[in-house]
Amino acid sequence: MKSILKELYIPVVAVLIAIIIGSIIMMVTGFNPVIAYISLFLGAFGNVNNIANTLAAAVPLILTGLGVAISFKAGLFNIGAEGQYWIGAIVGVWIGYSFTGLPWYIHIPFALVAAMIAGGLWAGLIPGLAKAYTGANEVITTMMMSYIAIYFSHFLLEFGPMMDKSGTIPQSPVINDSAVIPFLIRNTQLSYGIFIALVAAIFVYWLMFKTTWGFEMRAVGYNQKAARYAGMNVPLNMVLSLGLSGAFAGLAGAVQMLGVQHRLYDSFTSGYGYTAIVVALLANNNPIGVIFAAILFAALGTGSQYMQLNAQVPGQMADVITGLIVFFVAAYRIAEVIKDRLAKRQKKEVKA
Amino acid sequence: MKEIFLNPQLWAATLAMATPLALPALGGTFSERSGVVNIAMEGIMLIAAFFAVVFAHMTGSAWIGLSGAMIVGLIVALVFAWAAVSLTANQIILGMAINIFASGITAYLLNAMYGFTGTPVDTPMLPTVAIPGIKSIPFLGQILSGHSVIVYLMIIILFAADYFLFHTNLGLRLRSVGENPEAAETAGINVIKLRYLGVALSGILSAMGGAYLSIGALNSFNPDMTSGRGYIALAAMIFGKWTPFGSFGAALLFGFATALSMQLQNTAFSKNIIMMLPYILTILALVGVGGKSVPPAADGVPYTPKK
Repeated sequence: MKSILKELYIPVVAVLIAIIIGSIIMMVTGFNPVIAYISLFLGAFGNVNNIANTLAAAVPLILTGLGVAISFKAGLFNIGAEGQYWIGAIVGVWIGYSFTGLPWYIHIPFALVAAMIAGGLWAGLIPGLAKAYTGANEVITTMMMSYIAIYFSHFLLEFGPMMDKSGTIPQSPVINDSAVIPFLIRNTQLSYGIFIALVAAIFVYWLMFKTTWGFEMRAVGYNQKAARYAGMNVPLNMVLSLGLSGAFAGLAGAVQMLGVQHRLYDSFTSGYGYTAIVVALLANNNPIGVIFAAILFAALGTGSQYMQLNAQVPGQMADVITGLIVFFVAAYRIAEVIKDRLAKRQKKEVKA
Repeated sequence: MKEIFLNPQLWAATLAMATPLALPALGGTFSERSGVVNIAMEGIMLIAAFFAVVFAHMTGSAWIGLSGAMIVGLIVALVFAWAAVSLTANQIILGMAINIFASGITAYLLNAMYGFTGTPVDTPMLPTVAIPGIKSIPFLGQILSGHSVIVYLMIIILFAADYFLFHTNLGLRLRSVGENPEAAETAGINVIKLRYLGVALSGILSAMGGAYLSIGALNSFNPDMTSGRGYIALAAMIFGKWTPFGSFGAALLFGFATALSMQLQNTAFSKNIIMMLPYILTILALVGVGGKSVPPAADGVPYTPKK
């Protein structure tokens, strides 16, 4: 119990500071922060439909967040979940619309597994091998692979091979009914994909903390030299952990396609890949924590739209708060510095 | 195909497109040479682009807009430096935090200050410069003359940056801090101060790059108008092997890819494939095809002074 409180201490304080700074910004720009936060909360959790939409928005964040958390645990910085998401979405949608006559219990798993493999290869093959064998920094390579994936999707959709030939809008055809993950609550975005996300979180927890492979990945992340000394294959573990990380981001893309969008739209960013980093960070890379962190950021997202409608506060306040939360989680040592300063001052006073 | 390459507009656009990449890339060179990975350049560019418009419109002077943007860029960079250098927080995560914050706060303020109509249409722009002599040379004149003043400032900064880093004592010290901070400190160099300097320079130059986008090339601000240029600049710096001229060369190459893809807008050849090139080249450079790019040894590693 004590350790849980200790783990919660940093994120909770960071969220509180971010909310306070957000209030100040709103007051300076002429808005009432109390009304804004109330409408934000109601927008996210005010009724069953809003709760469903918040949970729906959390699904891709849980899955990409799990991916990022795996890489962080293994001491690698996969910041290209965005690209792996796109690759998973492309593969998922393609299988969804081009195969006909399959029963749903084959079509859906087929699309999901293929998307996981594609996302895994996107992260594991080039960034993973490059890191393991040439030392190329995975922060940069995964980021570059993200851009390549997004331009690849533009290429496919803008008068390319995946564009829906029946119109002039750059978007893919709609997937077949047999590939659709059904909605859980009607007139909301919530599909049975939420269960895939929850099972994935439990699976990752089991994998990372209860299996030998998970132990090896964490050992490599914790101390590469010691892991090598203990006879672990460090390069292989790097490739596999980046691959596994990409696989969950890819799964996120496919679940979003099969469960919510049903077709791929041309866009510059899904936004999930970047928020995933924030989710993993706030959860301190704990797979179960990822679920709650994802719901928090999903709530900020859905709630902010409601806030814009009802309190006229620009919805981008959600990004402002998100950025501040991450900043204060990363710079958690501010607390120590302030404590030190206070202690020094007290000492001086005692001396005086 | 031939007429595209003989069109001076393509080459003029290359230089224009390279400028908002070269400025942050030069800035990133200072920061990373001192040992701090600054991916917050993207966010600093965006915030600077916004405040350039705010200050320019408020005072009616684009020059005050530029100066104000550079000061705001410096302030954000110092906040980043404080957390990254003094508090030894993770530089990548801090950078992401600032980028998310920047995207949010600029769009929020745009909405809160100017409403849904966008920034005022009477925002002044920075002047363009016609270079006497060069402007009348056929072909070359059309390429080199008539750009925004920031393009020429960038060229001057490029030479100054190279001179500073490789031909001055302070530049040598800055580089030593990024290679081996322990040894540098033993030699009596203030590691912390020099890292602040590196980050501060990257903030100011990124801000110039951002201001170029909003009041140099246009006279307005749009949400997320930097569209990843801070990250591409980071790639340019790596492709340029952490040197000013290398960064500039890479920025030109990446600028060329963008300019070419714009020219190919209406042809069968996919512009999206060309847009991938900078990213593919950067990965190849990191992996070691054609001379490996090796970062400064202590790049991205926080340093705690020994007492």
